Amino acid sequence: MAEIKVENLALGYEGDALVENLNFEINSGEYLCIVGENGSGKSTLMRTLLGLQKPMAGNIVFGDDLDSTQIGYLPQQTLVQKDFPASVYEIVLSGFQGSMGLRPFYSHKEKKEASDALERLGITQLKHRCYRELSGGQQQRVLLARALCATKRILLLDEPVSGLDPSAQTEMYQIIRRLNLEGVTIIMISHDVHASLHFASHILHMGSQIFFGTTEEFEESPIGSHYLLKEKKTLGGGHICDLDRVAKIKVKEGK
Amino acid sequence: MLETLQLYFSYPFVRYAFVVGILIALCSALLGVTLVLKRFSFIGDGLSHVAFGGIAIASVMNLSNQMILVLPITVVAAIILLRTGQNTKIKGDAAVAMISVGALALGYMLMNVFSVSTNVSGDVCSTLFGSTSILTIKGFEVWLCVALSAVVLVVFILFYNKLFSVTFDESFAKAVGTKTDHYNLLIAVLIAVVIVLAMNLVGSLLISALVIFPALSAMRLFKSFFSVTVCAAIFSVVCAAAGLIISILAGTPVGATIVTVDMVGFAIFSVIGKIR
Repeated sequence: MAEIKVENLALGYEGDALVENLNFEINSGEYLCIVGENGSGKSTLMRTLLGLQKPMAGNIVFGDDLDSTQIGYLPQQTLVQKDFPASVYEIVLSGFQGSMGLRPFYSHKEKKEASDALERLGITQLKHRCYRELSGGQQQRVLLARALCATKRILLLDEPVSGLDPSAQTEMYQIIRRLNLEGVTIIMISHDVHASLHFASHILHMGSQIFFGTTEEFEESPIGSHYLLKEKKTLGGGHICDLDRVAKIKVKEGK
Repeated sequence: MLETLQLYFSYPFVRYAFVVGILIALCSALLGVTLVLKRFSFIGDGLSHVAFGGIAIASVMNLSNQMILVLPITVVAAIILLRTGQNTKIKGDAAVAMISVGALALGYMLMNVFSVSTNVSGDVCSTLFGSTSILTIKGFEVWLCVALSAVVLVVFILFYNKLFSVTFDESFAKAVGTKTDHYNLLIAVLIAVVIVLAMNLVGSLLISALVIFPALSAMRLFKSFFSVTVCAAIFSVVCAAAGLIISILAGTPVGATIVTVDMVGFAIFSVIGKIR
């Protein structure tokens, strides 16, 4: 059973369709990267998956007892957060808001789970630090920990490495990869096609040509090979961050 | 000096002023943190002008209890401002500016044209700067102030965690199923209530100071949402109490004195924040 199945979806604003007839599905434990140019509807798709926006047509079918509010979401950082006085722990705990209903305060169990999430991402020592004083990579981990509090199963990441320096990018990809190996389904919006091809099990390409399939299929498709060629030209085959180091996790953890 | 204070505190109206003043300072500081962080402080400013317009209407209609009219007007304006901030052709800040100067002009005009009092400029001045209204507050109004402050406090504490999550990251909160629109509405209504209350203390032009200074001062020194909130509340209460006492002893206008104390407090906190 698919976790999320998208059928004939049309996306857009006020009657103007950006994308039509979008079909794809993602199963438990998969790693889907959504790539495409700016303005191709990636963000709109994401907002629709999260239930922030209504689709113009078509359906999104969620798997057993999953709904859009149980997707752990890692948004891009906002301007407001840049100088927001908040401790890491306060932010991570706020991940439980969705499941709390009108209950005003956090339970012991939730506090424990928040601590576990910090532990899982290796930021326990930052628990009482001020969010705005952390590095970009640390901030992303905090927001990821918050997303883990909102979900057990599925994470939706919006350009999780944008604005990070290369080593922080590598670390972030490593963390996402590890979470995926631990069984969390990943949906990631990315500019970085190269990195996407390295880790993703499936690729959704949006734009003038829509492609959905496994990563291998994408590499062999006309649009995929076009991308690879372009990447080679612009980057000379080199990568911004150390992708091989990330990929090694697979070998190390023996999966 | 102590004797003078003792003498003043033997009058019930001074005690009322103190109780009400401190409650108002507390409420405005608590909400102020959310307001400042949500970049909503300008809404507070706009609403205070609307409240001035409301008072003008109430005084023209010769209402004995102005709050009963001013409160609903301000709440409605808060809701309208919040809605316009989100999705209309006129952008949020322009809408606020429009509504606030409109209300100000209309209020002054009403007071001039229909005034029953002989001292219009005195009336206007006391509405704008609150000169003595906190000292003339009595009976029913005191209880209304206390009750509304209590409601604001209880709601704030019960929704504290939700307000944090909506303030810190609205899109995340919305994605995990928090009804962010409802909470924004709640914030707007609470602001409106606090502003109408605070008009008694500092007058409509100076209200923003009560909302903004405690939050900004606390943010110089503290780094978590909880500590900032607590510090802002204490800061505000201390400044309001000090301002009231100074104004009684020195015979200065209450509102302006409190705001001056707030400014001094802010300066001190900024310096300490720089040094650390």
